[in-house]
Amino acid sequence: MSKEPVAVVGIGQTQHTAARRDVSLAGLVREAALRALADAELTWADIDAVVIGKAPDFFEGVMMPELYLADALGAVGKPLLRVHTAGSVGGSTALVAANQVAARIHRTVLTLAFEKQSESNAMWGLSLPVPFQQPLLAGAGGFFAPHVRAYMRRTGAPAGTGALVAYKDRRNALRNPYAHLHEHGLTLEQVRSSPMLWDPIRYSETCPSSDGACAMVLTDRAGAARAPRPPAWMHGGAMRSEPTLFAGKDFVSPRAGRDCAADVYRQAGITDPRRQIDAVEMYVPFSWYEPMWLENLGFAAEGEGWKLVESGATELDGELPVNPSGGVLSTNPIGASGMIRFAEAALQVRGEAGEHQVEAAYTALGHAYGGGSQFFSMWVVGAAPPAG
Amino acid sequence: MREVAIVAFAQSDHRPDTADVSEVELLLPVLRRVLDDVGLTTGGIGFTCSGSSDYLAGRAFSFTMALDGVGAWPPISESHVEMDGAWALYEAWTKLLTEEADTALVYSCGKSSPGNLREVLTRQLDPYYLAPLWPDSVSLAALQAQALIDAGETDEHALAGVAARARTAAEDNPHAQLAGSAEPARLLDAPYLVRPLRRHDCPPIGDGAAAVVLAAGDTARRLCRRPAWIRGLDHRVEPHALGVRDLTRSPSTRLAAERAGAFDSPVDTAELHAPFTSQEVILRRALRLGEDVRVSPSGGAQAANPMMAAGLIRLGEAAAAIHRGGSDRALAHATSGPCLQQNLVAVLEGDPQ
Repeated sequence: MSKEPVAVVGIGQTQHTAARRDVSLAGLVREAALRALADAELTWADIDAVVIGKAPDFFEGVMMPELYLADALGAVGKPLLRVHTAGSVGGSTALVAANQVAARIHRTVLTLAFEKQSESNAMWGLSLPVPFQQPLLAGAGGFFAPHVRAYMRRTGAPAGTGALVAYKDRRNALRNPYAHLHEHGLTLEQVRSSPMLWDPIRYSETCPSSDGACAMVLTDRAGAARAPRPPAWMHGGAMRSEPTLFAGKDFVSPRAGRDCAADVYRQAGITDPRRQIDAVEMYVPFSWYEPMWLENLGFAAEGEGWKLVESGATELDGELPVNPSGGVLSTNPIGASGMIRFAEAALQVRGEAGEHQVEAAYTALGHAYGGGSQFFSMWVVGAAPPAG
Repeated sequence: MREVAIVAFAQSDHRPDTADVSEVELLLPVLRRVLDDVGLTTGGIGFTCSGSSDYLAGRAFSFTMALDGVGAWPPISESHVEMDGAWALYEAWTKLLTEEADTALVYSCGKSSPGNLREVLTRQLDPYYLAPLWPDSVSLAALQAQALIDAGETDEHALAGVAARARTAAEDNPHAQLAGSAEPARLLDAPYLVRPLRRHDCPPIGDGAAAVVLAAGDTARRLCRRPAWIRGLDHRVEPHALGVRDLTRSPSTRLAAERAGAFDSPVDTAELHAPFTSQEVILRRALRLGEDVRVSPSGGAQAANPMMAAGLIRLGEAAAAIHRGGSDRALAHATSGPCLQQNLVAVLEGDPQ
């Protein structure tokens, strides 16, 4: 018996911003969930199970908040599962929910990821000193900056590549009404001259801290047939993990990322990702991760990712649009960021991405990573159901 | 539906304080034992899933370091739930049902000793209305126990009997933190901890780890002489607010048991995750367990309650009883949240002997 095909029939996001003081945690998750239900034209009663994800509980100071949120998520009397795989969690959460449909345990599942970062300070939440272990030096930027420098040294990428990515993503975000940062009138020169935070990562090449949530309704073939709008079909999904720190680790292009992409392409029948994938929602919290992941995900040969960026191919109207939504660089409610990538990929193939719609997007990749480039989760979605 | 079984189970010795070992060091021997039991290495496992809580560890992303205990190289297909390991087993079971993997390693660990568990668990409550009052876990369980006594469903003497039975049963469990008990009448001589609960009504606070291996179909038969087949597995959650729940009942347990097929035919063994004596009374009723059912022969959570692992241990103990031939159809239960808010039920069966 083969797996049940999984379809995305509802997507909802909150208004992302630095501080959503107008809503509680419960209000925040309901905003996204209700929008996803409305998109699918379903009610709470149609949902069989809820799978939620978020990054560390320390970010809001609530231990296992799914317990408190059970009511707000319409989960009472239903199965409720809480996934936590660091920054990749939004993607992993969607995949766990998708598996429940694929395994025919549930027919229609609500999956949601959130972060209300204004409740605390994410940078220091990630910088706890731990005996015998290397802390994530002064936030994620401090951890990732040396790996960006390694990438530049290894590939000979010019210093300006990162700014091109940031400039592109921030302009794309102007087309996305839900995006946190709407920097009207931003110039490339302003990005290039913004303050240096963690050399070579400048302020404007860094993701913001956002409050926000993202929700999706996943369903089976029968559910998709009843959907009011075109569904996005899941063609492959995979997770891979490797240790944060060990002697053999390649931080520039972790093997877990390469293996995860290979698995998801195999499932989706993709042999030439550059040609076969029409839009990419990639987890790029620091601008330089676009060229790095372009190589890691097989869109560019090793050492060539920065050339693809410079060619303009990853612009909204390029041959391989990357982060048409504005990406993590424009909106980063950490626990939700991965799910936003997955959901934006689904929006693209549904043709529902509005102003930032990529023309004729039939196949899209959603990508997330977390920890010290340790956890990866990805899915490929398409406008047509998978064969078989 | 594809057949999936628990084929191996291992746990640590549960101790009140494990300052001498890190979480990885606590987990490592357990992972080693459970994999050796089925002759597999990490590379031979199709999917790995763990359960734990950052708040117990006192640091963000604590599970990323625990993962090192698996020896996760080359990269593995892996996930984590910020819940008891019983729910990690649920995720792994789902994965095996999609046929994307034939085997799964599930593990969990929790160290309560670095902090004050009763205070830490208050951070699990509604952050706006309840958590600011710092009502600790024992006080909340006392509310539930008092509601049960007021409803005439039990009394303090009966609860002492529950404790004595559990801790006497634990004498046969080398991993238990507490084993052996005075007579129930003697237990009642102790002062109240939080009325109506005395110390014997409450679980020991301790550290521990557990792991199981799941396998599907013929792989399970190859790895285990008598696999514990998962015939049903379901979990349900109730409202968080204590004021909107009848604390003397556990409708989520009842519903999960129904969905798992627990009532389709009788079970001979039930491993219950009932940290407090009064909760065993509630769960026995919700699960319609007769006097002929062996309840928590391991001593249950009243003998060892390592947070985040205690639920997975119930599944492991029930499966181990089937592996040994001591049970043919067993029920395992896990709980999460204050006053039994969230509950998971599994029905396990062995092939006819």
